[in-house]
Amino acid sequence: MNVRKRITIVVLANAAFTLAVLLVAPTVGSTPIALSRVFDQSMPWESNVDAQIFFVARLPRVLSGALVGAALAAAGVVLQAMLRNPLATPFTLGVSAGGALGAMIAIALGLDVGVLGVTSVPIASFIGSLVAIAIVYGLATSQKRGLSTNVLLLAGVTLNSFFSALILFVQFIADFTQAFRAVRWLMGDLDVGSYSPIVAALPFLVCAFAVFAILPRTLNLLTLGEDVAAARGVEVVTAHRWAFFSASLATGAAVSLGGPIGFVGIIVPHLVRLMVGSDHRVVLPAAALFGAAFTVLCDLVARTIIAPLELPVGIITALIGGPFFLWLLVKKS
Amino acid sequence: MALSEKVLNTKDTKDTKNNYLNTSAAKRGLAFGRKHVLAFRKVFFVPFVSFVLFLGATTQPEPHRIVSLVPALTEMLFAIGAGPQVVGVSSYDKFPTDVQSLPRVGALLDPDTERILSLKPDLVITYGSQVDLQTQLQRASIATFDYRHGGLDHILVTLRQLGRRTGRMKEAETVATGIEARINAIKSRVAGKPRPRTLLVFSRDPRALRNIYVSGGSGFLHDMLVTAGGQDVFGDVKRESVQATTETILARSPDVILEIRPDDIPAGKELDEEMATWARLASVPAVRNKRVYFITGQQMTVPGPRVVEGIERMVRALHPPAVK
Repeated sequence: MNVRKRITIVVLANAAFTLAVLLVAPTVGSTPIALSRVFDQSMPWESNVDAQIFFVARLPRVLSGALVGAALAAAGVVLQAMLRNPLATPFTLGVSAGGALGAMIAIALGLDVGVLGVTSVPIASFIGSLVAIAIVYGLATSQKRGLSTNVLLLAGVTLNSFFSALILFVQFIADFTQAFRAVRWLMGDLDVGSYSPIVAALPFLVCAFAVFAILPRTLNLLTLGEDVAAARGVEVVTAHRWAFFSASLATGAAVSLGGPIGFVGIIVPHLVRLMVGSDHRVVLPAAALFGAAFTVLCDLVARTIIAPLELPVGIITALIGGPFFLWLLVKKS
Repeated sequence: MALSEKVLNTKDTKDTKNNYLNTSAAKRGLAFGRKHVLAFRKVFFVPFVSFVLFLGATTQPEPHRIVSLVPALTEMLFAIGAGPQVVGVSSYDKFPTDVQSLPRVGALLDPDTERILSLKPDLVITYGSQVDLQTQLQRASIATFDYRHGGLDHILVTLRQLGRRTGRMKEAETVATGIEARINAIKSRVAGKPRPRTLLVFSRDPRALRNIYVSGGSGFLHDMLVTAGGQDVFGDVKRESVQATTETILARSPDVILEIRPDDIPAGKELDEEMATWARLASVPAVRNKRVYFITGQQMTVPGPRVVEGIERMVRALHPPAVK
């Protein structure tokens, strides 16, 4: 009863904060807009600049920021618990590197195959992520002893460096305007330009979050050790499999949407743990919500601080997230 | 000097007095030497430099074998009649068609020094940032002509410099004055006309409003736009390139959108799709009034002698009745 109450309070508080951020973020930007004009139905769409800035420029950005942030933060929580490694991030298991390689290839080859309003780069990135997931999973299960988290971790880390080398190779052989685009993609960009990429990423994110919803109790037991978890009735291999696939799917979809935005997947889970303890029933939903708010706020800074120019959001997440996390770490210990 | 002191110090560590004497004697000697060097410099430096400059100005021979790593300058060389001397070009050179049969020697980021040397050039045209390559070539006693992109004026300045360097001053002057005359004709044609507020896009993700790079208030693209009688909506941002978001484009509401591409867009489906992409920004006057133009071709992106053709094409889009 007490625990349930705590969960409800923490999650509601985080939800309120995130909601507030999501409501305020689209109203703030480099150009002042009036909300009364945004929702003024009497003005024709073609001449309502405020409404267009709100619906065409800002809302897709805020939504993609929220989705990417929630997915990366939640995936970070799941992977840290599953691998029992506080340094694990959504990018540890090579999924994002696969996604990045896919995007690099699409950019370097100048691929131009759009499907339903989604351009080639996000599609190629998502395919790259899926390939990476398949390789890592194949390696981790190859020893016929179920799913080895050690092999998973090592294979992931190795695949990361291997893909990074391939990324450098692709960038090197590309035209330098394309190489610049590729480097820019790696810094993360939430200005998705339309709703289509968001809609395309949504089904995968919904699937991943559906799995996240049933994971917390198992994750609590897994953090105590595989033997303890098995003794308490957890099917360890099955649990690992679900955790790996859901976290990887969320990461792949998030990376295809906004690029590999760093730090969110490691800072937010730890921040949330420092604030609310280590019970995954609280940490997982709170991290997802806080991750959404954090990313949207970072993007808000990125698009306003040197307006009309803008900074890549990945730089802001690192600049804000890093020192803040260190401060909290020192203060707590 | 540091080394000699160290040697002196370790030579006799027991007898400190002797050591001190040794060191100070050495220092005096060194100071003496330095004084001489300084005096030598004072007396000889200025005449020496002038002599080197004099040598450089008079005995710099006309190059017979030129390698160009900058496409814009390759075009200039051919325009002033130095084409036959060009023996190697960068991997991005496409114009004039004569370059297609020439050996490729890499480009800005990956110049192939070995290949350049094997062509036995007596002049290599490098980009200003290729410092390593320049030192390597100097070591091989090969002259370089270092160039950096600048504004529209800089194209004419470079053209004349290149003429002087290759002994084709007259030809370069003819080409430069020809370009100037055409630019002046354009200027008088658009003078007094209202200047449409223009967004000049030079890079964008295909079929999406992502990664839109536009011209800011400096560089040759900006100068081309201003010469063609347009007003750059990002002219206040003093950079050559600006990553524009959909928000800033909506807020700055350009009257005309000019999108330039080095390669042609096939008319029909692809062009329609690219037009439809811009249609998402319905409140922008350029979109409402169907004044989104794609201008394709290398003359738009290479700051060489064809730049004036690019400006003329911009004028056709910005001031439709001005040119027939």
